[in-house]
Amino acid sequence: MDFGRISRRHLLQGGAALSLGAAAGLRPAFAADTTIGFIYVGSRDDYGYNQAHAQGAAALKKIPGLKVVEEEKVPETDAVEKTIESMINLDGATLLFPTSFGYYNPHMIKMATKYPKLRFEHCGGLWSDKDPKNAGSYFGYIDEAQYISGIVAGLTSKSSKLGFVAAKPIPQVLRNINAFTLGARSVNPKATTQVIFTGDWSMPVKEAEATNSLIDQGVDVLTCHVDGPKTMVENAARRGAMVCGYHTNQSALAPKAYLTGAEWNWEALYPKFVKMITSGEGIPNFYRGGLKEEIVKTSPYGEAVSAEARKAADEAKAKFLSAEGFAIFKGGLVDNKGKTVIPAGTDRGQKDPELEKMDYLVEGVLGATS
Amino acid sequence: MADGSIGLWTVPLAVLGGAIRVSTPFLFVSLGECITERSGRINLGLEGTLVMGAMSAYGISYLSGSPWLGVLAAGITGALLGALHAGICSLPRVNDVAVGIALMLFGTGLAFYLGKPLIEPTAPRLPAIDFGWWSDIPQVQAALRINVLFLIGVVLAPILYWAFRTTRWGLLIRTAGESSDAARAMGHSVLLIRLRATMVGGFLAGVGGSFLSLFYPGSWNEGLSSGQGITAVALVIFARWDPMLCLWASLAFGGAAALGPALQSVGVTSGYHLFNAAPYILTLAIMIITCSPKRTLTGAPAELSITR
Repeated sequence: MDFGRISRRHLLQGGAALSLGAAAGLRPAFAADTTIGFIYVGSRDDYGYNQAHAQGAAALKKIPGLKVVEEEKVPETDAVEKTIESMINLDGATLLFPTSFGYYNPHMIKMATKYPKLRFEHCGGLWSDKDPKNAGSYFGYIDEAQYISGIVAGLTSKSSKLGFVAAKPIPQVLRNINAFTLGARSVNPKATTQVIFTGDWSMPVKEAEATNSLIDQGVDVLTCHVDGPKTMVENAARRGAMVCGYHTNQSALAPKAYLTGAEWNWEALYPKFVKMITSGEGIPNFYRGGLKEEIVKTSPYGEAVSAEARKAADEAKAKFLSAEGFAIFKGGLVDNKGKTVIPAGTDRGQKDPELEKMDYLVEGVLGATS
Repeated sequence: MADGSIGLWTVPLAVLGGAIRVSTPFLFVSLGECITERSGRINLGLEGTLVMGAMSAYGISYLSGSPWLGVLAAGITGALLGALHAGICSLPRVNDVAVGIALMLFGTGLAFYLGKPLIEPTAPRLPAIDFGWWSDIPQVQAALRINVLFLIGVVLAPILYWAFRTTRWGLLIRTAGESSDAARAMGHSVLLIRLRATMVGGFLAGVGGSFLSLFYPGSWNEGLSSGQGITAVALVIFARWDPMLCLWASLAFGGAAALGPALQSVGVTSGYHLFNAAPYILTLAIMIITCSPKRTLTGAPAELSITR
């Protein structure tokens, strides 16, 4: 076979396709028929992170004139660049949502530079002035919901030992562990959180082992930060422990053991984004919000949650919703090695970008980041 | 002990519990692959069979309400995939390793496709037998809540060991694996023997998959196997095609998988990536210790395409 000739022909075809794509990119953004591309790192129905985004995408499908294309299980490698290219050149997507943390740099940044007329919205990244203007990053302060889960957990636990099954020690995960612990200790100063890192986003057997090990240590309320909380929730409930959910509502899996949970609310945010574009104001490059902005929400309380816990959690929620807000990470915060990580007197409000670089576990967390 | 914790005892207990909980899929896949490879063929597709077995067991258990029917369905699915592998491989000049890789992708892809609607529902699980009744420590009771499939696997290993050595069937499988000419001279169809051996191997791998979705971790999702089928196929090689060694190797792998989380839970937090990698380090270490460039692996069936 003459590979030389075939690859040259493909090269020409590819070039033609590219120039067509570039021409398509010159169309005015958001004409009557707009295609939006969603890229997920895992399965779209994982009862967790990706399902939450897919529910947001489903909310967009209902809007007339919008077409949504989706691709799941795209690894955080240059595979995502190929997916973005094909969504742009074959499907004509003009707005892209690569939803996984590792897509941002360098992959999405590279694509945003290459296609300056298209809009890229990344979930979880940290957009800065150096990044392309047609790229943006949005995220929710789900640690607010985790703080409330922590309050409920701290007042429900009999042993005051809480457990956290985590994937990787990245800032977002550490922030959730810390917020959960601070919430629990705000109502129960004896409470500790034992954390186990499984090493990756979806490791069902490891997650089940971690759940069992935590319960063997006397932990009686668990939560997690992995892509699919189903394994943790089911295995903890089988051992008679209580759980707080994550990403989406898992109460159907363990109705008796489910206390509350920290959920994303993308189905409220994504239509808002589309409205911002059609009205001409555009999406801010750096978009963040918590309970007040309705980017995150908490699951309804389960039957095992006492009246005292409900009251304490509702009070905290009211503080988050109030006009002045509420800072979880206050001055004088000490990590679990005894080092002061936030100097006294400087509260770190939710929007403080320093919090998105978190690399410590607060006092009361049993575990280490490395 | 007053607070219900058992301190450092968690680690050996978790390794023991993990050996029992995590090892079963390894055990079934490796015993199945042992039969197939002894007949002179490698079926690398067992990862796909495992995932297909897990999916079909979960689906049938959910639809029929009987988890045991699910186990049977998983076995039949596995046997059919085995028949497909053997059927393609019986064509002239077909490479069994390549077919295995193709079937691995086919099996996982098909399972993910058919399994989409099964992620949300909860299917009835297999029951466990309580062997921890003598202890009043809840942790011990939890570790000794043992599934029947594990016991079947443990009994199956010595039976296979015995059958390979002393029964007519065992001898036929070994003959086909050592010298297909000899088997043919005796008047047996090598292809038929290998077809049966691959189907039995697939059946066992499918049953191993049903353990994943119906007992531990106990639900269907796409990350369920995370490569356990492939690990089990490799395990057969370092178990030297011996069913009893397959049993010990599976138990060691199960225990090693529990080591990382257990150490973190008692506060040994440095280097958890290393402990999480324990099963793979174990494989590598055993491979390095036992291999030699000067001879072929002892116990390797002579007809295997990797030794020939």
